[in-house]
Parts: sequence; C-alpha cells; structure tokens
Amino acid sequence: MSEKLYNIAVEVNGVVRQAQVPARLSLVDWLREELRLTGTHVGCEHGICGACSIMLNGDPVRACLMFAVQADGHKITTVEGLANADGTLSVLQDSFCQTHGLQCGYCTPGMLIAAQGLLNTVSQPSEAQIREAIGGNLCRCTGYQQIVDAVQLAAERLAESK
Amino acid sequence: MKAAAFDYLRATSVAEACALLREHGDEARLIAGGQSLTPMMAMRLTRAAQLIDINEISALKFIALDDGVARTGACTRQCVIERDAALAARVPMLRQALMWVGHIQTRNRGTVGGSLMHADPAAELPLVAQVLGATLMLRSVDGVRAVPAAEFFIAPLTTAARADECLEEIHWPLWNTHRTGSAFVETSRRHGDFAIVASAAQIALDDEGRCTRAAFGIGGGNSTPVAFAHIAKNLLGALLDEQTIAAAAHASANEMEFSSDLHAGADYRLHLAATLTARALRDARDQALSKS
Repeated sequence: MSEKLYNIAVEVNGVVRQAQVPARLSLVDWLREELRLTGTHVGCEHGICGACSIMLNGDPVRACLMFAVQADGHKITTVEGLANADGTLSVLQDSFCQTHGLQCGYCTPGMLIAAQGLLNTVSQPSEAQIREAIGGNLCRCTGYQQIVDAVQLAAERLAESK
Repeated sequence: MKAAAFDYLRATSVAEACALLREHGDEARLIAGGQSLTPMMAMRLTRAAQLIDINEISALKFIALDDGVARTGACTRQCVIERDAALAARVPMLRQALMWVGHIQTRNRGTVGGSLMHADPAAELPLVAQVLGATLMLRSVDGVRAVPAAEFFIAPLTTAARADECLEEIHWPLWNTHRTGSAFVETSRRHGDFAIVASAAQIALDDEGRCTRAAFGIGGGNSTPVAFAHIAKNLLGALLDEQTIAAAAHASANEMEFSSDLHAGADYRLHLAATLTARALRDARDQALSKS
C-alpha cells in the first residue's frame, strides 16, 4: 500500500519550495532529507533537546513536533537562513566562533535559532533572558557559559553597528 | 520514532472540524499545537487514522475580556496568552503558570486548549483550570455544551470530551475584588519539565486583611489536578497567618494520593505538596495585601 501524498508549498529561507509529502513526514525530516538543508539537526525526535529548532513565521519552534504537511502556506527559516546573503556568517554565528560557543556542534543550529529568536525581540537581553531563551536546548559540551557569552557578544556588536 | 501512517485533513472552520470528527469517528484525532500529541504519535503510544488539523482556524484564536469572565479560544498559542497584558491583569495565574510550561519553542506552538484536552495530571494549565473553576466549551455537530473543569478531568489523559467534540473556548472566571492575589509554584527536575508537584492559589482579602474568597489546588499527585474548595471554605473570614496557612496546606496535601516513581518518592511528594501549597497561599496573600 502506498501512502497518500499531499502537495505543499512552503517558503523556506525566502524561497518557495513545492513538494509532495506523506502526512506523517516530520518537518525536520523533510527539511533535511528532501531539501538537503542538513544544518537543522535531529536529536531526540520528541521535543526535548531543541536541536531541530527552526523559525516558523519568525518564531522558534521544534521541527520534530510538526508534520511537513502542516507547514503548507507558512514561512520557515532554518539555520542556513541566518547567514548573510553572501554566505558569510551572521554577527550571531561569528560570535559563537569568537567565544567558543560550540564544541561538537550538534546543538548549535538549535542554539542559533533560539538565540536569534531572542535577539529579534530583545536587543539587549539580560543574562537571565538569554538563559531562559536557550533553556529548551540541550548542550552536552560547553556547559552553556560560552553560549551565553556568544549571545551577549552578538547583542553588543549589533548595538554598536546600529 | 516515526508516526504511523495517517490521513491529513486541514479544517478551516470549527464546523468543518466537527463534521470531520463525526464523519470519521473514534479513529480521528484533532491536532492543535501538537506538542504532546506529535511525540506520542512518534513513539507509537497513540495513532490516528485521520489527523484533523485545527491550527488554521482563526476563530479559535482569541482573547476576550467580558463581564465576569475571560474567554480564550482553544487554539490560542500559549505564548500569546503569556504576553497578553490585559489578560494577565485579570487572570494573573495563567501567566504565572505558563512560566513553568515547557520552553519558548514549545509555548510558541503549544495551545491553551491542547494542554487542557491532553489532560496530563502534572501539567500546569489543567491545574489552573481546576483551581479557578474554568468552564470548557465543547462543540460537536449537535451544538455546544459547557463542562466545568471539575467534571472535565477524569483520569490521566482522559477527559469528559467525547470523540466527536472539539474544544472551542475556555471561560476563566474573573474575581472582581481589587485585593486579589494569586500564585503558581512548582518543583520539577529541570525547569520546563512536568511538575513533580505544583500548587496554585488565589486569595481575595477585605480591607482588614480577612479572606473573603479563596481557591487553591495541587497537581502532580492524583490522576487529575485537585482543587480543595472544602478546605478553602474554612479560610473565609480568617486572617491568613502562618498557622492558618500551614493547616490548610497540610490538610490538602494529606488528601492527595501520592505514589513513588523514578522521579520522586511518595513521602517527598507529600512534603513538597505541603510546602508548595503553603508557599502559594502565602504568595497569593502577600500579593493581595500589597494592594490597598
């Protein structure tokens, strides 16, 4: 028995992508396996680890807790969409490099999405706000301190450049 | 960790969702934010022949303040409830509870109605509904019926909603006494996890600081969250000193049926329940006292 396929059109990083998907295909699997946007990682697949975080219409959500078919008609930003148009790293991404905000890199796409979501709404976040924003993302390498440092550095650099 | 196959149906109105539920029967499930249902489907703890998506129904997303009641659409995102200043001013316990619910990514997608329909006994919003005496408006093709929270929560993950009903809106009673305070406190292994034990309280005081209205409850022990109206009644007319609060907290904690599991032993849960309930009552009282 072949599964029924559904037509979807989703704006991913500014480009409308059309596809036919089975209903049970998770959004993160579609992004990774069909669109080959493998920057978004799959960790726990049940909404605990945060590695699969993406932005749905501008708000960070877990891509493992949505089916691709549900994203039809919506806008998605993945970690690939955070970089500058010329492919260079964004201020936030570069700040992660500067502060050693990653080691193995598994949690990094989710951390970047969570942190960008915060910086989009709060330009000068407190340390408590940063920790709250990344509270849904597990990191087993850094101990989180360098990630907090990275977001603080990014906020400072973004404020200076204004 | 992949869901079993299902048919996907996107409802564009509540009427359409209800018609689809009636048409497909017990095998169909509604999906709102999906923050609990999706992992349960991935782990094959539940499956659906048809998944009826109600996320696109704009009529289910609203916050309205009426006379004596705040109404929230069932599909209103938790983050929207959390940020609504007017709602927080009138039903502060909702924001206080949401601070403990999941994380930003899950509150951005999760809905107030979804949490109530999921009915996890350790979840925060069901406890708020139970303590405040919320009313759940359930619609089917036959019409709408109002179910009080006290009759809605039946067992873990089991509610009074029929398989053909869609939760349409939730009515949260407003307390019109100016000197009203509320609090929601819990202990969990990590912030954002389900509560080991949670306590919530709302208190109204008169000019002398005597209690004119009280509601409080405990979540995380029994098969549903519990409100203690019969104990709260004893607080009426009293000055809520430490002794009175401790007595009410102990009486309520002792009525819970705690058991032991991987996360905590029954005796620790009992200790937490008394401590947290006293803290919630004290915080609610202090907040009410601060309003002159």
